[in-house]
Amino acid sequence: MLTARFFRMIEGRGLVFLGIMALVALLVPLCNLYVPPGNPFHVSNGTVVLLGKYLCYAMFAVALDLVWGYCGILSLGHGAFFALGGYAMGMYLMRQIGTRGVYAHPVLPDFMVFLNYKDLPLTWWGFQHFPYAMLMVVLVPGLLAFVFGWLAFRSRVTGVYLSIMTQALTYALWLSFFRNDMGFGGNNGLTDFKDILGFNVQAQGTRAGLFIITCMALALTFIIARMIVASTYGKVLVAIRDGESRTRFLGYRVEHHKLLVWVVSAMMAGVAGALYVPQVGIINPSEFHPANSIEAVVWVALGGRGTLVGAALGAVVVNWLKTVFTTGWLAPYWLFALGGLFVLVTLAMPKGLIGVWEDVRARLANRKAIADAKASGAGSSDVRSPGPQVPR
Amino acid sequence: MSAVTQSILYLDGVSVAFDGFKALRSLSLTLQPGEMRAIIGPNGAGKTTMMDVITGKTKADEGDVLFDKGTIDLSRYDEAAIAELGIGRKFQKPTVFESHTVADNVLLALKGDRSPFSALFGARNRITGEIIDRYLAIVRLLDHRTRLAGALSHGQKQWLEIAMLLAQDPKLLLIDEPVAGMTDAETDVTAELLKDIARDHSVVVVEHDMGFVRALGCRVTCLHEGSVLAEGSIDAVAGNERVIEVYLGR
Amino acid sequence: MPFAPLLRSFMLCCLVVLSALALAATQAQAQAQTPAAMPAQGERLAAGLERFKADSFADTEAAVAAIAAAGSAQGVAILSALADRRLFAGAAGVFYRDAAGQAFDALTGQPATIPADAAMVRLNNRLRNVVQAALGTMTLLSPDPAQRVRAAEAVFRSRDASALVTIEAALTSEQNPRVRRAFEEARAAILLASADAPEELLIAAARRIAEAGDNDAISLLRQFAGQTTGGLKAVIDQGIVSIEQAQRIRAWGQTLWFGISLGSVLLLAAIGLAITFGVMGVINMAHGEMVMIGAYVTFVVQELFRNHAPHLLDWSLPLAIPLAFITAGLVGIAIERGVIRFLYGRPLETLLATFGISLVLQQAIRTWFGPTNREVSAPSYMAGSFEFVGLQITYGRLWIVVFTLCVFAALLLVLKATPLGLQMRAVTQNRRMASAMGIRTRFVDAMTFGLGSGIAGVAGVALSQIDNVSPNLGQSYIIDSFMVVVFGGVGNLWGTLVAAFTLGIANKLLEPFAGAVLGKIIILVLLILFIQKRPRGLFALKGRAVEQ
Repeated sequence: MLTARFFRMIEGRGLVFLGIMALVALLVPLCNLYVPPGNPFHVSNGTVVLLGKYLCYAMFAVALDLVWGYCGILSLGHGAFFALGGYAMGMYLMRQIGTRGVYAHPVLPDFMVFLNYKDLPLTWWGFQHFPYAMLMVVLVPGLLAFVFGWLAFRSRVTGVYLSIMTQALTYALWLSFFRNDMGFGGNNGLTDFKDILGFNVQAQGTRAGLFIITCMALALTFIIARMIVASTYGKVLVAIRDGESRTRFLGYRVEHHKLLVWVVSAMMAGVAGALYVPQVGIINPSEFHPANSIEAVVWVALGGRGTLVGAALGAVVVNWLKTVFTTGWLAPYWLFALGGLFVLVTLAMPKGLIGVWEDVRARLANRKAIADAKASGAGSSDVRSPGPQVPR
Repeated sequence: MSAVTQSILYLDGVSVAFDGFKALRSLSLTLQPGEMRAIIGPNGAGKTTMMDVITGKTKADEGDVLFDKGTIDLSRYDEAAIAELGIGRKFQKPTVFESHTVADNVLLALKGDRSPFSALFGARNRITGEIIDRYLAIVRLLDHRTRLAGALSHGQKQWLEIAMLLAQDPKLLLIDEPVAGMTDAETDVTAELLKDIARDHSVVVVEHDMGFVRALGCRVTCLHEGSVLAEGSIDAVAGNERVIEVYLGR
Repeated sequence: MPFAPLLRSFMLCCLVVLSALALAATQAQAQAQTPAAMPAQGERLAAGLERFKADSFADTEAAVAAIAAAGSAQGVAILSALADRRLFAGAAGVFYRDAAGQAFDALTGQPATIPADAAMVRLNNRLRNVVQAALGTMTLLSPDPAQRVRAAEAVFRSRDASALVTIEAALTSEQNPRVRRAFEEARAAILLASADAPEELLIAAARRIAEAGDNDAISLLRQFAGQTTGGLKAVIDQGIVSIEQAQRIRAWGQTLWFGISLGSVLLLAAIGLAITFGVMGVINMAHGEMVMIGAYVTFVVQELFRNHAPHLLDWSLPLAIPLAFITAGLVGIAIERGVIRFLYGRPLETLLATFGISLVLQQAIRTWFGPTNREVSAPSYMAGSFEFVGLQITYGRLWIVVFTLCVFAALLLVLKATPLGLQMRAVTQNRRMASAMGIRTRFVDAMTFGLGSGIAGVAGVALSQIDNVSPNLGQSYIIDSFMVVVFGGVGNLWGTLVAAFTLGIANKLLEPFAGAVLGKIIILVLLILFIQKRPRGLFALKGRAVEQ
């Protein structure tokens, strides 16, 4: 009974997605650790990191789609939540370095010694404890989202105004984190991590482990997001997206509903950022750059806004393209491609890849139905008569 | 003050101006519990603005807007709170949630806890199909319950909105042009429907269709330039010289 | 129009600055006059010159004193030559070269050739100061009033008591009020320094110095504040306080000017957006790139001039203005026709598509011009600065402020007084109605967008003067521009004007306390909070029309 409800909630497309995730989580580490290099099925260490990065972006995209695709809030500053989660994780990793840093200070990270800090700033307290750091990974983005959302939604800032404000938010954070006296490593950010929970972050085994955890986190994020959109709450969100003031006239406190999904989404983005940092080995202020957030929006748009699987798919596809472009002779053309993608998606495929796929499927099904009808020789297949009916 | 204490809705001296344009000029209107009232008047007479003021979309610059025997000052509440207090509104242009099914539209409208948590985990997820069907049956949309609301015809959307209004179970219904764009047959059905509803609700109907207003058989108020021009039975108002001059035409 | 007076006062301000400049220049010319000649100049000069030949520092000092006492224009030339290592002494006499290298006989002042045995007269550091002081005293009698003022200021700083006699003498005949004031201040400074003067005289001197009110005056007063007592001290302290107050006011004025200057840059960057976003409601994220295009047009025009007509280089900027307008305008029209027109009514999609366009434009510029900064030089009329009531104002900034206001005025004129402006307003207010009245709405859309983009291009011409011309130029303005337009209230040009100057001034006010970056962050946060309070900006339109 419960499983049946679960399957219904996840939907066919989602089940396929979860299946692929399970397969990837299993195969990639296996092929990395146990298939010897040189074998065509070997997955290199670099590829594991790259795929891990894609999956973090996919998680981020799911979070973004939850607010944009379902609730109509186009956030151009979601990268801020991702980066804050990343910084929280980075701070934990910095505290783990201990005396192995260049200056071998037992408490202060290298950059603080370099900048003549005497004591550890209050913001860094407790980050040596993993559970506390993990709490901050969700709490800091969540809190910022709560404060921002509470102010913005209550005063009914909507549409592009909200988008521009979210952009200003991440812009302000971007400027702030560049400053050395913020105490987060300034321009250089946090890097040179040594280990996480006692495991060496550079080790092959740790990387495989992190990859599996990322797969699981993405699957879990997806399931939570799916639970949200499949519940009546999801219907309220769509109602707000399509007719905010109408929803309000039905008696819904639109601002509360928006705030909840906004905060949940920010927390998800924070977790994605936290998983991203140990895999790529660095977090710096450039993650706050407004362009990053807009780029994430195009992942969602390309994959298919309002379809969680599409968002994840879009993130992976765009970032894979980015890798292909920026590692070869095509590098100078990447921005042309990305820019073109923005225009193409908005003009030609507003429903994204998933939408295109569904159109193709519908057309095929239609063709098949016509063929079947011809084969059976039956004339009428439409039971419902079209047009308005006057019941009397 | 018996007029106040007996009324479900009491507007007194309400004025609203937009950038110098006076949409409402000292408008006064009283509605008894259980009463149905038709509002007529030319474009720009302030009909929609009056609805906006009652439902909290627009704040009155001056004047009293009282609800439920004068116990509630509506100017102190916002749209969602006013809807919770028991005032439902149907818009001039049918506004249903087009990407939801007909049944989901009613589900969203149904009376009950409207907090996010209720929608996420609570009571709103346990509403059964039968309850929804009851409202769909009233507006004769039962056969369409799984269709997307966006696929309905114009008239059906109007009815769906009325169903949603009923599902809210409000004490007072504000209905803006319910038969605009409807066929004559649809108009007749709607008139019957509203008369049914008016048995146990207070209703304010704004409409241009004089035949429809006559079919409702209720008191009529004619607005002009933001204030009341005439009020009374349909025959009295339709016979009023000023009403004929500014609205009905000779 | 409640803001018309504001604009008028801005214009007035600029006019006042310009006319003050012109006035100062004419005064300086008209009031030149020659000082009284001193007797027996010739002999003293000759005696002094003799001693240069000795080639000892002591003799040179005596020579300087003698020439200074002689006090002729010829002496000034000789001493300046000495200071600049252009004085040569030999058996045949003393000679000097002027700054252009022409040689003269020091005694006669006639052109001459310097004999081979004449050696350069050497100086040590102490002597160099003596020469400077002597020059200071002597130039007190220079025929050029500007030079007399400079000389008096030098005396004011050195408080060289030996100059007192010259100053007293000069004051008796001095007519030029500016020079008189400088002389009086210098005399007061010397008096104050010589503690043996009677107290009334000292107090008068202190008052006189306090009136001068500049940095030199306050440092002088501070120096003596500790050494004096009684009535004199009170006068000095009071003088210090009043000067400090004047300086504070001046500092505020300077901040205000910087703020206005920054505000005009913001306005310039945002003004095109006020059309595309404010009037049309199109979120054009490629707006910054239109500015960038304008800047690169300026660069190209200037390069062409540099290579083909270098003597006309100063004309490259005025010529770049129409070209930038046309280029950016055409790009804008192409964007509108190619992309935006399919997205009307879908602001979020427009935002994404135009962001994509901005990436493409940036990369195109990067491919053609390279990723590095390009040099755009300032024409001669924009170089330099002048002082106005104690404020340092650079011509470059002043031009940008004036230019911005001109662009703003021109835009207002286009919107209010041309058929296109009327059609624009009609289309934005009610598209279907306008269309029904025979207005070609698509054409008007394209023209409006072209106008907004073109103005952004014009902004790029001005911004190329104060910012790096690089592919990232536009990016740095886009968020600020949106903030200005949103803050001012969408669809309200006057709001944009007020918002730009408010933000500019607020930014500069915060900078001294918070630093540039933190100041900007504070402004951003305040703006975010402000938009929460008034989501439609400072001067929001009210009514039913804005609901949808």
